[in-house]
Amino acid sequence: MFLNSLLTNFAALEVGQHLYWQIGNIRLHGQVFLTSWILLGALLVFISLGTKKMENDPKGLQNLLEFLWDYIRDLARTQIGEKVYRDWMPFIGTLFLFVFVSNWGGALIPWRLIKLPSGELGAPTADINTTIALALLVSLSYFYAGLSNKGWRYFEYYVHPTPIMLPFKILEDFTKPLSLSFRLFGNILADELVVGVLVFLVPLILPIPVMFLGLFTSAIQALIFATLAAYYIGEAVEEHH
Amino acid sequence: MLAFNFFGATEGGLFDINATLPLMAIQVVALTYILNSLFFKPVGNVVEKREKFVSNNIIEAKNKLSEVKKLEADLLTQLQSARSEAQRIVSEAENESDKLYKEALELANDEANASKEKARLEIESQTSAARDQLSKQADDLSELIVNRLILEK
Repeated sequence: MFLNSLLTNFAALEVGQHLYWQIGNIRLHGQVFLTSWILLGALLVFISLGTKKMENDPKGLQNLLEFLWDYIRDLARTQIGEKVYRDWMPFIGTLFLFVFVSNWGGALIPWRLIKLPSGELGAPTADINTTIALALLVSLSYFYAGLSNKGWRYFEYYVHPTPIMLPFKILEDFTKPLSLSFRLFGNILADELVVGVLVFLVPLILPIPVMFLGLFTSAIQALIFATLAAYYIGEAVEEHH
Repeated sequence: MLAFNFFGATEGGLFDINATLPLMAIQVVALTYILNSLFFKPVGNVVEKREKFVSNNIIEAKNKLSEVKKLEADLLTQLQSARSEAQRIVSEAENESDKLYKEALELANDEANASKEKARLEIESQTSAARDQLSKQADDLSELIVNRLILEK
């Protein structure tokens, strides 16, 4: 109760409040969709501009997009392996771009200036729904990857070195999405909270290094999420001998 | 329920899970397809086409280089064989001229020897003829002297 009252004092931060949209029976966190649409729109505009005129001799934006593509390909190839990385590269790349754009967009754009009736705009990845959605997609993907590549032999993975591993491997299927979602959620939310509290307490200069740290964390989290997703898929399609 | 009302919000809170989750999942899947057709496929095509172009060019250059090396080696062997052939021809010609010189020298020597011999023989015959004549004359003279002496007596 003490903690509760202490935290309500930071009411200016509006932690845990949402802009609710009611569609029929279902309720949505409107602020998450608003920011994600703005950021994804910007991403898609950026990508369409960069790929509008593709040349063999890349110029300007195309260079950047090719660098990004190469980066994602390397990530997917090292984690998933030469054989099937092509099938999963778009998914891994989308995860990376979505998380990266969400994190950086949340940290760089002064959303606070836009007043909402309830809650506030921020990184879509600071909402537990988004991160759980991403993590569950990763879980589905690695199951699908394993089953489509190896059929029922995929379940050999559960008893791979010895059958003693079975309970741990089953437990892993639950801990993987849990750790993925809470890591991302916790890091981004914590970053927003730290910056929010510091801006609230000391509005000048002091928050700036923390903001830079936040940008760093944001980029690292995007990389970690994409790398782990690729690693799980790679683990599922790997052939044991 | 503490977790769901942790930060004292009237409803929701940090761990408020609702329909945002499946809709966000659908949105991300849709984004995957959109990015695949807008970004991954076109950029991948261009990059892989270029990579293929570059590696083809490298292979072609390597082939050309090995061809050049082969031709160079060929030329070198040709050059060497031409050089040894030339040497052989030169030494053959030298031998030939040497032989001709020797033959001519021998011929000349023989001729000279022959004419020398002939001259010697002639000299000899003339000498013997002269000696014969002289001895005949001496005989005649001695006979004359003998006759005279005999007649005077």
